[in-house]
Amino acid sequence: MLREGFASHSSGASAVTVIQASRGWVPLRLSDLWEYREVLYYLVWRDLKVRYRQTLLGVAWAFIQPLFGMVLFTIIFGKLVKVPSDGLPYAVFALAGLVPWNFFSTALTQSSNSLVVNSALLRKVYFPRLLLPLGRVLGCLPDLGLAFGLLLVMAWWYGLRPSPASLAWVPALVGLALLTALAAGIWLSALNVRFRDIQHLVPFLVQLWMFATPIVYPSSLLPPRWRTLYALNPMVGVVDGFRWALLGSGTPPSATMAASALGAVIILATGAFFFRRVEKSFADIV
Amino acid sequence: MSEIAIRAENVSKRYSIGAQRSLNDPMLQDAIAAVVAIPLRKLANLGRRMVGATVPDPVDTSPHTWALHDVSFEVPRGQIIGLIGPNGAGKSTLLKIISRITEPTDGRIEIHGRVGSMLEVGTGFHPELTGRENIYLSGAMLGMKKVDITRRLDEIIAFSGIEKFIDSPVKYYSSGMYVRLGFAVAAHLESEILLIDEVLAVGDVAFQRKCLAKMDDVQQHGRTVIFVSHSMPAVTRLCERAILIAGGVVQKDGPASQVASAYLLASASRSADHEWTDPSTAPGNEVIRLRRLRVRTEDGATTDAPEIHSVIGLEMVYDVLQPGLPLGPSFELSDPSDLCIFSTRDLEPAWRGIPRPAGRYVSTAWIPANFLAEGMHLVRARAICPDPLRLHFDVPNAVAFQVVDRMDGQGARGDWEGNVAGVVRPMLEWTTVLTK
Repeated sequence: MLREGFASHSSGASAVTVIQASRGWVPLRLSDLWEYREVLYYLVWRDLKVRYRQTLLGVAWAFIQPLFGMVLFTIIFGKLVKVPSDGLPYAVFALAGLVPWNFFSTALTQSSNSLVVNSALLRKVYFPRLLLPLGRVLGCLPDLGLAFGLLLVMAWWYGLRPSPASLAWVPALVGLALLTALAAGIWLSALNVRFRDIQHLVPFLVQLWMFATPIVYPSSLLPPRWRTLYALNPMVGVVDGFRWALLGSGTPPSATMAASALGAVIILATGAFFFRRVEKSFADIV
Repeated sequence: MSEIAIRAENVSKRYSIGAQRSLNDPMLQDAIAAVVAIPLRKLANLGRRMVGATVPDPVDTSPHTWALHDVSFEVPRGQIIGLIGPNGAGKSTLLKIISRITEPTDGRIEIHGRVGSMLEVGTGFHPELTGRENIYLSGAMLGMKKVDITRRLDEIIAFSGIEKFIDSPVKYYSSGMYVRLGFAVAAHLESEILLIDEVLAVGDVAFQRKCLAKMDDVQQHGRTVIFVSHSMPAVTRLCERAILIAGGVVQKDGPASQVASAYLLASASRSADHEWTDPSTAPGNEVIRLRRLRVRTEDGATTDAPEIHSVIGLEMVYDVLQPGLPLGPSFELSDPSDLCIFSTRDLEPAWRGIPRPAGRYVSTAWIPANFLAEGMHLVRARAICPDPLRLHFDVPNAVAFQVVDRMDGQGARGDWEGNVAGVVRPMLEWTTVLTK
């Protein structure tokens, strides 16, 4: 049973674990994540329990954030700057971008911090470290659910009736947003353990990323030849997908979605291998 | 089923220290530079290899320290083993490696069974959550399954003894309550191998006793335990075997009582012979000065490890500077936990209550063979003048010695090879008659 790194062969009482130094790139061992699923469950459970404890407005914050953004963007970009919105009311156009975006930016910010804020756990107990950024991202899903409900209500209010067939795309779009947040979160959280510069960098990154994503403007503003490259930003596919599925804007963005999925997979795969490679030193340097 | 629970082979762990901007702890700009430089160097090396040149090995010159160096040991299934040593010796690092929190730099560890570790009290606790919620959270972090936690929830709450506050957030707990709850969770871990780091150092005496009882319970369930502690009585009481680690190296591995006393002897840097060469700084006053204390055999040789079946002499050399006073030299013997085993004073008729002329005296107290128990003993020396009552010197823990039992059948243990309880181990006279 001699294997590089931590090899655990658990089958009840006769589990044999071999511990030795790992060198270079190590396998992802995704089965470990499954084995420790209860730890993941409790990490998410803890974040959710604690999030709105001792707040006055509680879970209402999940609505306030996107509503506030919608009002602000509608006044500034919709009314003052008069940014086009593919023929849709600007408010609902902005909200359809803001709902997935808020999920993404919160999930990214939280997961990039996840290792550092849980340093006590890192130093005192073992579990696959990938669970920390993963748990943070999953913990943002309930808020997304609430915000999504708000978006449905708004779309209804504006007389938009999404078809069940296009609504069926929403889980896939949420999945893409989740993987993107996780992918970036994995990279940033691992780097953050060693370079605390990252936590100062993340707000800039989020801001930059927002303007590289069609939140306040429609992606139809871009010259067509740039669109595929642009869509390698996975959030482009997510936001365009949301607008298409819920508001019926444009044609099905299949090319955009494909490029975005590819972009997400690239960041996620590189991030996961990088994370696993540096994971062994987390407890020593965090 | 394998008989070995843990096998560690040449385990080493290196930590970088000092210099912030070494290779192991680079700043971001260095890292970015390295990202460019390393592939270039690899490419250059590849080029050299292709033309047949030798490639220099990368030499790591960054400052580092070995927290563990070539540590090897085996723990059989079901053994409770104490890990002792001074602070910074590498004990906690070893536990962290076994529990997979950090990787060894070198070496290999093979673990048979599920490992539960208890490296702090209240692992994973969140201050905003209630005691009950934290039981689940901490239990899950320590590796318990949700169903097991639910099943043992009442037991855990009862063990913690804080039923009344179990539904309040732990941020309102006193530190004692926090510790109780944390330990209660960990004490119900059901892994086959349990790693415990120093957790008994916290909590009040009654709770510590409860925890020790729980640990005994653990032993009876046949689980393997590695227990780091600075409390030698706890180690000798709970563990059959102990490993002494100092400077990252295994210094001693053997029966817990022997390793513990060897450690105490070494850590107190006490020997069996103490001489005060400068009379002006020696213990005492203008009446009397202590000059030397030592532990000796009947033959007169100094010994720090007398055998259990030999007579042990405690010798005191002192100068009486002011004649005309009666003097009572005395000794007090204690074990490493500061428990006094006995005290004895010089009652020899020739000098009892008799004014002494000036001069150098040598007084020896003889401890009979087969009287003391095995292990470490500390000697306290005093000189008292009974009339007028005055303490002239009092030197606690001045010398120390370790009674050893070679188990050759001459000691009071007879042929029994296990642990023998008791502060002393006298060879008593027994009578047995057949009455029916």
